[in-house]
Amino acid sequence: MDKMPKWADVVLIPLVSLCLALFASGLVVLAIGQDPVQAITVMIKGALGSTSGIGYTLYYATNYMFTGLAVAVAFHARMFNIGGEGQAAISGVGVAVVLLAFDWPHWAIALPFAILGGGLFGAVWAAIPAYLQARRDSHIVITTIMFNYIAAAMMGFLLNGILKNPDTQVAETVSFPAGAHLPTIHEMLAPLGIEFSKSAPANVSFLLALFCAWLVWFLLWRTRLGYAIRAFGHSPNAASYAGISAFKITMIAMIISGALAGMLSINVVMGEQERLIKEFVEGAGFVGIAVALMGRNHPIGIILAALLFGMLAQGGFELLWEMPGISKEVVLVIQGMIILFTGALDYMVRKPVEKMFIRARKGQN
Amino acid sequence: MAVEHLQERQETAAPAIELVGISKAFGPVQANKDISLSVARGSVHGIVGENGAGKSTLMSILYGFYKADAGEVFIGGVKTPIPDSSAAITAGIGMVHQHFKLVENFTVLENVILGMEDGGLLKPSLAKARKLLQELSDEYELSVDPDALVENLSVGHQQRVEILKALYRQADILILDEPTGVLTPAEADHLFRILDGLKEQGKTIILITHKLREIMEVTDTVSVMRRGEMTATVKTKDTSPEQLAELMVGRKVLLQIDKKPATLGAPILEIDNLQVIDHKGVERIKSVSLTVRAGEILGIAGVSGNGQTEMLEVLGGYMKATGTIRVNGVEIDLTGKHSDGQSRRHRGIAHVPEDRQSEGLIMEFMAWENMIFGYHNEPAYNKNALMMDNAAISKETEAKMERFDVRPPNPRLQAKNFSGGNQQKIVLAREIERNPDLLLVGQPTRGVDIGAIEFIHQRIVELRDQGKAILLVSVELEEILSLSDRIIVMFDGHIMGERDPEKTDEKELGMLMAGMETSGGAA
Repeated sequence: MDKMPKWADVVLIPLVSLCLALFASGLVVLAIGQDPVQAITVMIKGALGSTSGIGYTLYYATNYMFTGLAVAVAFHARMFNIGGEGQAAISGVGVAVVLLAFDWPHWAIALPFAILGGGLFGAVWAAIPAYLQARRDSHIVITTIMFNYIAAAMMGFLLNGILKNPDTQVAETVSFPAGAHLPTIHEMLAPLGIEFSKSAPANVSFLLALFCAWLVWFLLWRTRLGYAIRAFGHSPNAASYAGISAFKITMIAMIISGALAGMLSINVVMGEQERLIKEFVEGAGFVGIAVALMGRNHPIGIILAALLFGMLAQGGFELLWEMPGISKEVVLVIQGMIILFTGALDYMVRKPVEKMFIRARKGQN
Repeated sequence: MAVEHLQERQETAAPAIELVGISKAFGPVQANKDISLSVARGSVHGIVGENGAGKSTLMSILYGFYKADAGEVFIGGVKTPIPDSSAAITAGIGMVHQHFKLVENFTVLENVILGMEDGGLLKPSLAKARKLLQELSDEYELSVDPDALVENLSVGHQQRVEILKALYRQADILILDEPTGVLTPAEADHLFRILDGLKEQGKTIILITHKLREIMEVTDTVSVMRRGEMTATVKTKDTSPEQLAELMVGRKVLLQIDKKPATLGAPILEIDNLQVIDHKGVERIKSVSLTVRAGEILGIAGVSGNGQTEMLEVLGGYMKATGTIRVNGVEIDLTGKHSDGQSRRHRGIAHVPEDRQSEGLIMEFMAWENMIFGYHNEPAYNKNALMMDNAAISKETEAKMERFDVRPPNPRLQAKNFSGGNQQKIVLAREIERNPDLLLVGQPTRGVDIGAIEFIHQRIVELRDQGKAILLVSVELEEILSLSDRIIVMFDGHIMGERDPEKTDEKELGMLMAGMETSGGAA
């Protein structure tokens, strides 16, 4: 009874949407008097044309996987967690506190504690809106947005106060001990004799992101808790009939969501900056929403969507650099176009493709 | 004699509606196949068929909601394309939907003129509508207070507003989709009187229903649909309910259940002085006491919204209440602090909820996931503290689907892809196979096709014969009368009376359901 094969749903439709988005973006580039083919080429080359480009793409993609997974877990429990931005920011404090507390001898020892610290802080920041939703009926969308602002203010307060490096004028902490340095992809591949750009920030967190994606899949589709989360997400009425506690599911799903958003700090704060700066999340929390939507809230979809958004981010920076005629705003338009076509206008592509399949099937019979 | 003469003349005139070769497909599903139908002016024409037979699709095409893939519509002998509902209204077609399309916080008058306001100011159209409403209510017993808010009206009155809306739009042809589903028998009788009046004025009425009794009572002709096709159109006086049922299902159907007299055992469920106040502070159940013994089916009759739903929810463990309830002699917690749906299941209570689509099943879940819903914490379904044993569950589901004749027997199909009857069988399989001491059943056959109704009723009676207690809630009096060993009627949160199904009838129960005392009370 399925209307079309799964591969069409998962691969074909996003691909068609992507082509349409690129076409529409081309028109915009054309309208401002630039060469669209050159623009696309620069973007693709910038994102994938060199190991440095790939390294940056993977670095951004790692962030988007974490925040995308965070949004997806909450979404499966029927909650729209807009607060990934704030949860990630606060998690940075957790990571910084852990890493500054000791002179860590080796990254492999530091990492689990940093994950714990970052995850805990992110989870707490998500748990407060979750509690307000579960017990006080305050809408999670509103509260998580507000908590983004509170988080931003909190970061300013902490980094200008107790966490501030006294030796500089900048709102940042002192650098983490050298023993907390995470291996970059360059360092990981070098022993294998594979050359990889030294400058690219992609690090071992990429593997952590892939592991988290598997973990989310396992949680949602193999465990009893995941079963309850999905049941509650599809139908709260049915969940209460079955004796699944709305309070418990709301809290647990948001805590997991916040902890996942918090993993972004492992990639950025521990892996790249090696100190805590004020605005290190840079909108990745919001991109996570688009990533989750495009990835259909499924870990595999999220990995693919995160890679695409990573390419867009890196390609966009390259475009700014290579083509001075294209401003930052135009890059945003192109990125927005892709989100629009793959997310909001999905139905526009889906309907004709579905019809096509039905017609083809009828032809066969 | 003059009337008969008039009818004859009308029947020879062009039919009010003629459908020729209507077809409509949704994806691979052919909802309507080459349907032709002719409805005489000034007649009541019934359309019967099981769920998914294509009745609603056909009417939606007639009302302009769907565009037919092929076929033509003639109104009064003139070919009339109906691209949207405003074209249908212009053509004189009015529709009363099963779920009313009224603005709850508007008055009756405001609802009637909605979308038909002349000009920017409301006053002239309101005055015009008020005058017309007055005329109509005198003519057809369609009295409604024009200034009442719709939300304060009873369901029967809300339905009258829908009819008035259609008449205000000068409808000559009135389509009613399952109009009596929410009415008491008395309200339904009133509706039929209104329809008679309308018919005498030359209006044409199409009645869509699955209740064969109504068809026999009010229609002149009846068409039967099965699997998207029009299988027969007959004069009502030339047919019988048994014949119609056979035409609908395609085989002979037992309309009456064979059951042995009950052999009563110990009391399983004892409810004493139950009281429920909902979150809005409204008293939903007012001091209800009852007992269900092993080996009997206690039927609770009543128009929906009179406390039966709350009763099931309290027993199912997801609504708070005061009073005492004992199951197998042990008191259960009603505060919600120490109990939920899970703890009720541990007490041997199984529950087939009234609304299977929003409570009993997760429509997006596959059959095997639904087959353990509510029992997912049982050790048998879990490999360890964390993981579920998906393979084992799947295997068990297959066996249960076979025993309950769920079609198609595919555990990996999502619940929403099963028909209503098969969805209900999944829920029943899950709850009955737990071998509970007490089975709560709400609306077991709502939206279920006749063939499956037979099967479901047999299963419920079988469970009773195994010495289990069954509490049945249904708004279908036929079902209550044929299944129950005792009947309780609820009205406005309390018990209006208890009757022996052998010694009562729909009329008496109908009066109790409307809150009127009758003389034949049992102890």
